[in-house]
Amino acid sequence: MSARRIFARPARLAAIAPYLWMVLFFLVPFAFVLKISLSQTVIAQPPYTPVFDVTEGRAALAAAFAQLSFDNFRLLISDNLYILSYLRSLVVAVTSTLILLLIGYPIAYGMARLPQRWQAVAMMLVIVPFWTSFLIRIYAWINILQHDGLLNQILLALHIVSAPVVWLSTDSAMYLGIVYSYLPFMILPLYATLSKMDGSLLEAAGDLGASPRQAFWLVTFPLSLPGVGAGALLCFIPIVGEFVIPDLLAGSDTLMIGQTLWLEFFTNKDWPVASAAAVALLLLLVPPLVLYDRLQRRQLKADS
Amino acid sequence: MAHTVTRLTRFNMTSLALGLAFLYLPIVILVIYSFNASRLVTVWGGWSLRWYHEFFNDRAMLDAAWMSLSVGAVSATLATLLGTLAAVALARGERFRGRALFSGMLYSPLVMPEVISGLSLLLLFVALNAERGFWTVTIAHTTLTMCFVTVVVQSRLSALDRSLEEAAMDLGCDPVRAFLMVTLPLIVPAIVAGWMLAFTLSLDDVVIASFTTGPGSATLPIRIYSEVRLGVKPEINAICTLVIALIAVIIVVASFASKLSSARGESAAPL
Repeated sequence: MSARRIFARPARLAAIAPYLWMVLFFLVPFAFVLKISLSQTVIAQPPYTPVFDVTEGRAALAAAFAQLSFDNFRLLISDNLYILSYLRSLVVAVTSTLILLLIGYPIAYGMARLPQRWQAVAMMLVIVPFWTSFLIRIYAWINILQHDGLLNQILLALHIVSAPVVWLSTDSAMYLGIVYSYLPFMILPLYATLSKMDGSLLEAAGDLGASPRQAFWLVTFPLSLPGVGAGALLCFIPIVGEFVIPDLLAGSDTLMIGQTLWLEFFTNKDWPVASAAAVALLLLLVPPLVLYDRLQRRQLKADS
Repeated sequence: MAHTVTRLTRFNMTSLALGLAFLYLPIVILVIYSFNASRLVTVWGGWSLRWYHEFFNDRAMLDAAWMSLSVGAVSATLATLLGTLAAVALARGERFRGRALFSGMLYSPLVMPEVISGLSLLLLFVALNAERGFWTVTIAHTTLTMCFVTVVVQSRLSALDRSLEEAAMDLGCDPVRAFLMVTLPLIVPAIVAGWMLAFTLSLDDVVIASFTTGPGSATLPIRIYSEVRLGVKPEINAICTLVIALIAVIIVVASFASKLSSARGESAAPL
């Protein structure tokens, strides 16, 4: 037996503790979300009727199954409020992802063309904001965007506007906040594919008479599509469920689904509806998650 | 000339400079304003440490900061232990039953919306009748951050030359000894970086902590968040600057650790 195989056996045993932890604190909780999304709302603590109680035997279990209620999901489908917040989440996520691509691509492209030594520095500079608190970075923008904030002061001083503009509680502020927060997530996968690209391909294109612009659109861009896909999904998926940014920067007329879930849970104390919203949000995210997983696997195969 | 196609153009430089300015300017402005003497956030009243003084006299804020630091330290330590074990299993365990589920469970929290993770953990804690507070937040943060540790350590392990471990075993080490004496010292820098990442992620989280904490035990981000909803306060500028300073120190240590890690990996590879 090879040393590698012998080494693998105790290595597999290392999985036991993290495996149990993730089953208990990641997988099992989803079962609870599903269960409570199917139960009735009551005014109590905790505010829902229990659905299953395994200790009461099979008869009780059968009775419980008969009581399962899809009312919460029916509410989600019938109430405009929820449908609108789903649509809004999708629109916001798609729009922000497109803006992120438009801004992130030139930055990643610039990074990939820096001399080798500077690439590491640029990479570090992009990663640092990822380490810095999300909340603090959004708060920094509130400082700038508020009524008498820096942006309005500059605009007034330059006589671009004659009265302070309302920036906070608008969609533009929210998009700004999202783009600002997620930019590193877009740049890094793009940079990863662009920097691996073989420069001689471009030289060949140049030798064959392609202008730099043609070389970019015919060679560089098509080859960078895996990075585009990874970056787009890496941004799109969490933005759909985003809560903090729209809550602090956007107006309150239409809520994103993450905000609706939060509102149902913390303000209305309607746990079953909040759980139903979570299940629906999760279903919405399954296709992009599967796509992302496939893309990663293909990339791993290509690398090895 | 073929050379023109691969050259760094002015467009490249401009987009890079603008992009970095966009990422950093807001933070720089926040830090400068934290030293503003004026109560009006936007009127410059000269340099002052007044808001830092205010923070260090704010009992509730200090309690929240202490809670956050201790949750961060405990959860990062647990996450580093569990995440490193998971990384070893994934990078060295070859095929095993339930591997796909295992890696799926470890990778999906990386992109899972926080509202879902928070809500689902809360429902578990309620069902278990657990008293909500320090430990529930710690468990929640451990679950999220161990996935990041796994990614960091696993990528280091995959980059390591496996013949080193095999050589140790050929020389008579059993697998556990080979791991402890050869592999572990080589991945220590990645483990340190993983701990740092876990700590900063825990220090940053509002959503999951809001779901899983109990009354009377707010973390610092929860307190900052509730203050921010009411508007900008100069004291918050000071607190944010302190957090940024702490994170900056952590980044320096972590990048030093990873530099050490890659340097060792390179010198070890030709062996």
